[in-house]
Amino acid sequence: MKLQILGSGCSKCAKLATNAEAAAQALGVSYELEKITDINAIIDSGVMHTPALAIDGEVLLEGKVATAEEIQSLLGAKC
Amino acid sequence: MSRIIPADSPAKMSNGWRSRLRALWKENRTEGRVLLTISAVFLAIYFMPVGTMRFDNALLEGVYLVHWYAQEHVILCLLPAFLIAGAMAVYLSQGAVMRFLGPSAPKPVALGVASVSGILLAVCSCTVLPLFGGIYRRGAGLGPAMAFLYSGPAINILAIVITAKVLGAELGLARAIGAIVFAIVIGVIMHLLYRREEASRAASQPNRAFDSNDNDRPLADTVIFFTLMVGMLVFANWAAADSGVWHLIYTWKWPLTALLGGGFALLLVSRWGWSVGRVLALAVTVAVLALLFPRTPQLAFAVAVVGIATLAALQPGAGQEWFSQSWDFTKQILPLLLIGVLVAGFLLGRPGYEGIIPSPWVDAAVGGNSLLANLLASVLGAFMYFATLTEVPIVQGLLGAGMGKGPALALLLAGPALSLPNMLVIRSIIGTEKTVVYCALVVVMATFSGFIYGAFGS
Repeated sequence: MKLQILGSGCSKCAKLATNAEAAAQALGVSYELEKITDINAIIDSGVMHTPALAIDGEVLLEGKVATAEEIQSLLGAKC
Repeated sequence: MSRIIPADSPAKMSNGWRSRLRALWKENRTEGRVLLTISAVFLAIYFMPVGTMRFDNALLEGVYLVHWYAQEHVILCLLPAFLIAGAMAVYLSQGAVMRFLGPSAPKPVALGVASVSGILLAVCSCTVLPLFGGIYRRGAGLGPAMAFLYSGPAINILAIVITAKVLGAELGLARAIGAIVFAIVIGVIMHLLYRREEASRAASQPNRAFDSNDNDRPLADTVIFFTLMVGMLVFANWAAADSGVWHLIYTWKWPLTALLGGGFALLLVSRWGWSVGRVLALAVTVAVLALLFPRTPQLAFAVAVVGIATLAALQPGAGQEWFSQSWDFTKQILPLLLIGVLVAGFLLGRPGYEGIIPSPWVDAAVGGNSLLANLLASVLGAFMYFATLTEVPIVQGLLGAGMGKGPALALLLAGPALSLPNMLVIRSIIGTEKTVVYCALVVVMATFSGFIYGAFGS
C-alpha cells in the first residue's frame, strides 16, 4: 500500500512518518512511503491541518501525530 | 571526505603551487567550508570587543533581560498560556469554525469569521499556511483567506497575552483590535481588486475539510472551561494601577484566582470526568502551598499548572492529547523565545538601559511619531522574520531605547504577519502579483495605523 505523509517538513511530519513506517512494519505489509511537502499539493488533497497521513490516496489522519499503534489499527482496518 | 592530500601523480606535483592549491580546494570542498566557518567564528571571537564598556554592558543586559523574563513572565503568564493554547487545539471544534469559511458561506460572514478565527485556530505560521491555502483554493475565496492569513499570527492567545503582559494592556489591546480591523479591510480590498478573477474560479475539489466534525461536549461546558482558564490567567497577571476599581481587583487578585481555580477543579471533576481523588489532592497541595508561602504565589501557581498538565497526561484520550499539544507548544516556543530575549537584551538593553546599539540611533530611526518612523518600522517588520512571540522582547527593547508608541504598533502589526520566507510560500499559492499587493497593503496600513495610534496615544 502507499503511505503518504503530508506536511511542510517540520519535526512533527518526520515523527508521523517514523510512526507510520513502524506501524506498517509491525503489520508486515509491503508499503511505499511518500512525503508530500509541496504546499499546493497538500491543499489540493484537501488537507488543512498538517501533518496528515493518507493511505492509498485517502486522507485518514489530519493535524496530529498519531502513535504507531493508532496507525496500526487504521491500517489493519484497511487491509 | 577525510582525504586531505589528493593522490596526485608525480607529474602533476611538479605543477605550480597555485594549481595544486586549487586542486586541493576542489577535492575537499566541504572540509574547506568547515574551515572557513571555523575561521570566521574564530576571528569574531578574537576581535570581540571584550573589556570595552559598551560590549560588556550589552552582554550583561542580555542576561538581565532573560532573568527578568524568567521571574516575571514565565510562571504566571507563559505556562498557563501554553496550557490554554493546547486545550484550544484539542477541545475546540475546528470544523464548526471552518464551516463558515467553506465555499457556500456568505462572503461577509466568512470575512468576519476569518478575521477573528485566528484566535481559535492557529498558533504558529506553519499551521496558518495550509489553512490559508485551503480557504483560498477550496473555500470562501481570496478575501476571507487573506483576512485569516493576516490576523492569525497577531491575535492568537499566546501573542495577545504576552504582548499585554510585557508591553502593557493598552498596546496589547491596540494590537488585537488593529489586527482584526486590518484583516477585514485587507480582505475587502483584496476581494474587490480581484473579484472578476474570483468569480471565474470555480471550486472543483471535494470540500472534505469543511465538514463539521462536531465533538460531543455541550457548548456551555466548553465556554465555561475556557472562561475559567482565561480568567485565572488574567487575574494572576493583574497589574497594579492608579484607578480605584483596578487597584481593588489588584489587591484581591489571588483570592479571585483561587476562586476560579476551585471552579475549574469542580468542572474538571463533574464535566470532564477526571478522578475526584487526584483533582482533590492537587487542589489541597496548591492551597497548602499558597497558605504556607503567601509571599511567593508563583510557587503555588506553578504547582497548579504542572499538576493540571500531569493529570491531563494521565487521562486517556483527549486529556492526553491536551497534554501533548501543550508540550509541543512549549517545546517549540520557549527555546526560541529565550534566544530572542537574550539577543534583544544584548542589542537594545532593558528599558532605561542601553545595549550594544546606542539609543540615539534608535531614537533617530524610529523615535517620535513621524510618518517616516512609522514607515521604517513597518517595512522592517514586514521583512524581518520573528520566531513566534520574539517580536515582543524586540519591540520592548526598541521602546526602551526610544522608539515611539506609534512605530511600535506599526512593527507589531506588520511584523509577525509577514516575513521573507512566509512571502515566498504565499507567492507559490496566490502568485506574485497578489502577494506584492498584499505586502504593500500591510505595510501601508501598518504605517498609517501606527501614525494614528501614536498621535492619539501620546
